[in-house]
Amino acid sequence: MAEDLNELIDLGAQVVEKARTLGADVAEAVISEGSHLSTKIRLGEPELVEEAGSRALGVRVMVGQQVAVSYTSDLTDRGVQRFVEDAIELARLSQPDETAGPPDASLLSKPEEHADLSLHDPSIQDIDAATALGQAKAAEAAALAHDPRITNSEGATFTRVNGARALVTSGGFSAATRGTYASLSVSPVADDDDGKKRSGSYWTARRHLSGLLSPEEVGREAARRTVAKLGARKVQTQQCAVVFDPDVGRSILGLLAGCINGSAIWRRSSYLLEREGEPVASELVTVIDDPLIEGAPGSRAYDGEGLLSRRNVIVDKGVLRTFIMDSYAARKLGKASTASASRGSSGGVGPSTSNFMLQPGDMTPEELLGSTKSGLYVTEMMGFGFNAVTGDFSRGAAGFWIENGEKTFPVSEVTISLNLDEMLKGIDAIANDLDHRTSVAAPTFRIRSMTLAGT
Amino acid sequence: MSRYTAPFASDGPAAVDAQIARRLLTVALSRGGDYADLFWEYNVTGSYSFEEGILKAAGRSVSTGLGVRVRKGDATGYAYVEDLSVEAMERAAKTAAQIADGGGAPEPVGLSAISHPDRYAIEELSLDLEGEKKRDLLARADVAARAADPRVKRVSASLAEQVREVLIATSDGRLVRDRQPLLRMSVRVIVERDGDRQAGSSGGGGRTGWDYFETKSPEYHAKEAVRQAVAMLDAQEAPAGEMDVVLAPGDSGILLHEAVGHGLEADFNRKKTSNYTDKIGERVASDLCTVVDDASISNSRGSINVDDEGNVPQAATLIEKGVLRGYMQDRHSSEFFDVGATGNGRRESFKSHPMPRMTNTLLLNGPHDPEEIVKSVERGVYATKFGGGQVDISNGDFVFSLTEGYLIEDGKLTTPLKGVNLIGNGPDVMRKVTMLGNDMELSDGIWTCGKEGQSVPVGVGCPTVKIAGVTVGGTQIG
Repeated sequence: MAEDLNELIDLGAQVVEKARTLGADVAEAVISEGSHLSTKIRLGEPELVEEAGSRALGVRVMVGQQVAVSYTSDLTDRGVQRFVEDAIELARLSQPDETAGPPDASLLSKPEEHADLSLHDPSIQDIDAATALGQAKAAEAAALAHDPRITNSEGATFTRVNGARALVTSGGFSAATRGTYASLSVSPVADDDDGKKRSGSYWTARRHLSGLLSPEEVGREAARRTVAKLGARKVQTQQCAVVFDPDVGRSILGLLAGCINGSAIWRRSSYLLEREGEPVASELVTVIDDPLIEGAPGSRAYDGEGLLSRRNVIVDKGVLRTFIMDSYAARKLGKASTASASRGSSGGVGPSTSNFMLQPGDMTPEELLGSTKSGLYVTEMMGFGFNAVTGDFSRGAAGFWIENGEKTFPVSEVTISLNLDEMLKGIDAIANDLDHRTSVAAPTFRIRSMTLAGT
Repeated sequence: MSRYTAPFASDGPAAVDAQIARRLLTVALSRGGDYADLFWEYNVTGSYSFEEGILKAAGRSVSTGLGVRVRKGDATGYAYVEDLSVEAMERAAKTAAQIADGGGAPEPVGLSAISHPDRYAIEELSLDLEGEKKRDLLARADVAARAADPRVKRVSASLAEQVREVLIATSDGRLVRDRQPLLRMSVRVIVERDGDRQAGSSGGGGRTGWDYFETKSPEYHAKEAVRQAVAMLDAQEAPAGEMDVVLAPGDSGILLHEAVGHGLEADFNRKKTSNYTDKIGERVASDLCTVVDDASISNSRGSINVDDEGNVPQAATLIEKGVLRGYMQDRHSSEFFDVGATGNGRRESFKSHPMPRMTNTLLLNGPHDPEEIVKSVERGVYATKFGGGQVDISNGDFVFSLTEGYLIEDGKLTTPLKGVNLIGNGPDVMRKVTMLGNDMELSDGIWTCGKEGQSVPVGVGCPTVKIAGVTVGGTQIG
């Protein structure tokens, strides 16, 4: 890893310079670097220790309004020369796109404006393979010890990642950031009476080591979730209320994130087309995309085009306020960028969410459950049954049957279906248990009625 | 001569020969590992995206590096490096070596080159063709889609081309090289009618050169995408509940991939976490069902000459007339089960360790006329196109999502159905296969399989299949 971020910025400046010399009117270089350690324990024994570092270059160039991207991990002189030449050659092949162009220079942020979001924990690098294996081992042991019905394990994994990234553009932006991430997960397996096996898992992840749950907490919770699934069965096909656990609620929110993406809008690939200013969810629903939360996984001080990050209210009390846009999508839609550009390591740019969150309500998750007469409490979903163009949603689900405000027996092998538009409008309760473990997050919430298909 | 050859090729700037490989293997085993292998990879991709009537974006990527794996018992040490200088490669070998902690340093066996068949000989790599040809190809798709129906509002056509060159050296003496081409084109359209909007898509390819487009033209994919989108404009809400399902041939093989394929990967069975653990020799499907994993199909997306551990895969029977015959093995699991390696050890890239993975997984032909199969269903669902699927290995519960399907009423296809999920249990569904067509088709090359975060290209295939009683996840009850 580079000791000094200026080393990455210098490398980026060289790429920009080379591209300009070879004929690019616009060149934007991204230099990414990472090192990681990943360890896995299974049934008490080490299964994997993986350690490596890497560095790669990405560039987007424009010749006039002809655009291309290029990526290489071959950093030899020959490799870098080829990488820039490829970009120019491909730009000349592509055709003029009247919307293409860098952001207006006046919108670019200055390094001194960039908030320190506390995304980097230097102590993470002190975790060596033995320590990492120890954490995983402790977590798995706690799971195996928690309940005699836990008979096997898919293992426990501890991973730490340390990354750095620089963005240098011919428009005059240059900045670099570091970030870290550590995670611990455990997946125990239990034998069910019908000969089926039931696997469950639990995990903790943070940018700072100090925020992780203890291995024992993670292991016990994984075991608890696994044995709770024993005896799962189908239920009858019916209309019923559905409560989403935060672990699955966030994937519903992820579907919304795809449908408010400016790039899906100009491509006419979202059911939310032309719905700005209209109700798209129940009045309880407020959704915010906030890149400025300290220490959160999706935080960024500036976006992938160098604009200063800002908090965007996407849905306000049920009303759609804005799509998220980079400068390209903004020009396409005749609006201003929401500073939501995300740049991949290969140089390509598109709008993306940062920390995208359904805002918490007032009640506790227990109160929410207690107020549900009957229905399905969903803890897992499977499959990809969503059509963003129409909003049609149908996915496999598993969880618990709710009767008189309590979870009764475990349910599996059913599907839940409804159009996403109706799902969001049907949200009739939101709990207060939002956390920042993931960049797309939701507290526990309930949809008044969906179709459950079972027997 | 290709513009794209690996730096580690015998005439490349960082040429690797048996001597260098042996030296690195010696370092890898220096702490007492049981086994080590080296995996060099050079991966070049090109991508072209045609939208709004122009080639809007083009891209290329080059990634190259070495992955070093050392095994000691069931434990694996892994390290990788992108810098192919001998010093940097030695450092990676040293890092991976640390999984073992002393106990002698076995000498690697002298390396000898392994020969392998050529299952994807092509005339010229797509990457080496001039760019204008690719732009013109995509423009043809764009024109054809717009001409196919006035309701077409958006067309995007894309081409992805790749070559992956690998060099594998193992401490038990294998040295093998392979060059794996891959090509995929796809077309996606949006159609609109009175405010209703639908998408349709079609794509294909394989380990082929441009001769692929002689069998499936860009116009073919354009028209197919439009046909599908237009058909879906009339789609009705799908039924909810258990009913008979008939799967169309080809793409429906994805059901097999999810329902049984993953559960037959040997690592899950070695660890006893699969529902197929200890069931070899037992009946696990209806006696109509014979399932094979066949890496040898010419130019198929899932085919490989050698796996990423240097073993040559052959067609392997997994289920024969309903009886479980074997698992898909990588090197580690084949030692555990004391059977031959089946050549299923694959990895996403030099940054990943190999695992047992599918290649082309097929359900072979049965005795029935496909028309008879549809006629036999009073009320059910006919499944044509799929968006993908997922399985819970531990118990075989799977879902897969339909992007095009039709209601069957009195033995005839009637109303098109909105996108819907099918959910079932793998072993259960395989026992309920009551009719099997004689019209086996290989899916056109579009599928990518994910496992533990690693993606690899695969093929699927099957004939028309009737399953008696699957849960259909629609919204309409009764």
